[in-house]
Amino acid sequence: MNAARCVAVAVFRESVRDRVFYNLVIFALLLVGASILIGQLTAGQDVKIIKDLGLAATSLFGLFIAIFVGINLVSKEVERRSVYPLLAKPIRRSEFIAGKYAGLLLTLLVNTAVMTIAIYAVLFFLSRGVPERIQHAWEAPAMDPALLKAIALIYLDLAVVTAVALFFSTYSSPMLSAAFTLGVYVVGQFNADLKRFDQIVDSPPAIFIAKACYYVLPDFAKFDVKLAVVHGIPVSVAYMLSTTGYAAAYVAALLFGAMVIFSRRDFK
Amino acid sequence: MSPSTSLRAGRAAAGLAAAASLAGAVALHAAQDRWPAPEVDRPALLYARSPAVVRRLVLGYDAVAADVYWIRALQHFGEERLSPPGHLRTYALLYPLLDLTTTLDPYFSTAYRFGSIFLGEPYPGGPGRPDLAVALLQKGLAAQPDKWQYMQDLGFVYYWHLRDYQSAAAWFQRGSELPGAPTWLRPLAAVTLAEGGHRTASRALFEQLVQSDEPWMRDSARLRLAQLDAMDTIEAWNRLSTSGIARPIPVDSSGTRFAYDPVAREITVARDSKLFPLPGQIQAPR
Repeated sequence: MNAARCVAVAVFRESVRDRVFYNLVIFALLLVGASILIGQLTAGQDVKIIKDLGLAATSLFGLFIAIFVGINLVSKEVERRSVYPLLAKPIRRSEFIAGKYAGLLLTLLVNTAVMTIAIYAVLFFLSRGVPERIQHAWEAPAMDPALLKAIALIYLDLAVVTAVALFFSTYSSPMLSAAFTLGVYVVGQFNADLKRFDQIVDSPPAIFIAKACYYVLPDFAKFDVKLAVVHGIPVSVAYMLSTTGYAAAYVAALLFGAMVIFSRRDFK
Repeated sequence: MSPSTSLRAGRAAAGLAAAASLAGAVALHAAQDRWPAPEVDRPALLYARSPAVVRRLVLGYDAVAADVYWIRALQHFGEERLSPPGHLRTYALLYPLLDLTTTLDPYFSTAYRFGSIFLGEPYPGGPGRPDLAVALLQKGLAAQPDKWQYMQDLGFVYYWHLRDYQSAAAWFQRGSELPGAPTWLRPLAAVTLAEGGHRTASRALFEQLVQSDEPWMRDSARLRLAQLDAMDTIEAWNRLSTSGIARPIPVDSSGTRFAYDPVAREITVARDSKLFPLPGQIQAPR
């Protein structure tokens, strides 16, 4: 476990060195700029739009980090041949994979946490001075704690994407890993359509394959409660817990799969 | 010259060339502003019209995409409404943009409510399509059946634009039965049914709406009240005119003088007034 922790810390330090957190500056500029402009463009919907924009940007920036850093986690070490001296040390390959994953998850956690603080700060400044009567007409308060539910599920979504990227990174080139991960992400958005495939296709084998894909591929739409939270629609604790369980199970499956593939690779 | 000196000189020359090129581009750009290209009245375009397709294209970022389409709807309405006289105002993209917005975000209540006001607005101030305003609000009700505000707005569209007082009263009544509805909605339904079309009933409706929490709703209600005042003034002036009593042509509440028809010896709201058109004053092109 100690070895995995060392790998995780190294991944985090490397992401700091690779200037991954520069995206936070762009994020902050985007939010502040939008908060100034949007009030003049949107007929009183500035708080809703800042929430939409903040949540979407948190998800999108995180997605880019998860995919483009995730696909390099293992393949870069193999390409640079730095994996040889590393594996010669007393570290199991499974610990290496777990450490790589935990390191990127830590990077994403810091990134998401800073973005969350930025969203709340902008919302605080936007809602300051707005009369109580107007605020009462909003569907959800500006500093709504329920936003944290949407952000938590965004983080889980990123955790699954990172696991997918890491899985592909253990046996394929970065370019192919990026294509595969993006493909899985896009298909995962339309997962519900696969379930209803029998409504448009008559062929039983095609329906069977679509149903199988529906159950096996990750359903990324599950992690999207942004719309509900922004409109003040309650997201139940049961939903949060079941989705967290789903993410944990899926991540575990991908990590174990990655560990098996990586342990079978021959680095001679 | 040593290789390092030569390298430095090369870099400096490249830097100077980059700065000179940028200065040239800026100068040309500024010069072109003085001789702009001829203005073309380009039709507005909406590349993806199908809400189902757009929903798939945005990959889970529905809310932000809805916001973008909402801003486009506002801009389209504003551009058409404030367009120069030579431009034929069609408001052709208004409903498709509102439809896209509300499909991507079915709970975007301002888009339904504000959108229905835009759509119902008589031509040339709006497209004059109360039928589409009704369709939009009913789409909102399908998403949130307990939203009394949509029922109030439906009543408003039936009352003001379609002059169907029975339907208006029915919607006010349905809205008043929902939890959270204001107490004045039920008596308003009764007044609408009993005195539909009378200005007193209309005033009662808009005097309630002028107290709304939403600034845009208050502005719309203020405009309607000003139009009702203008209708009173026109009626009083024309009555005196037909009786042969000559009076100076008055000014409406927006500060514009009423238009005088010397043949009919009647006045009406001028085309350049903010109150134009009064209900039934002009038909929209379909």
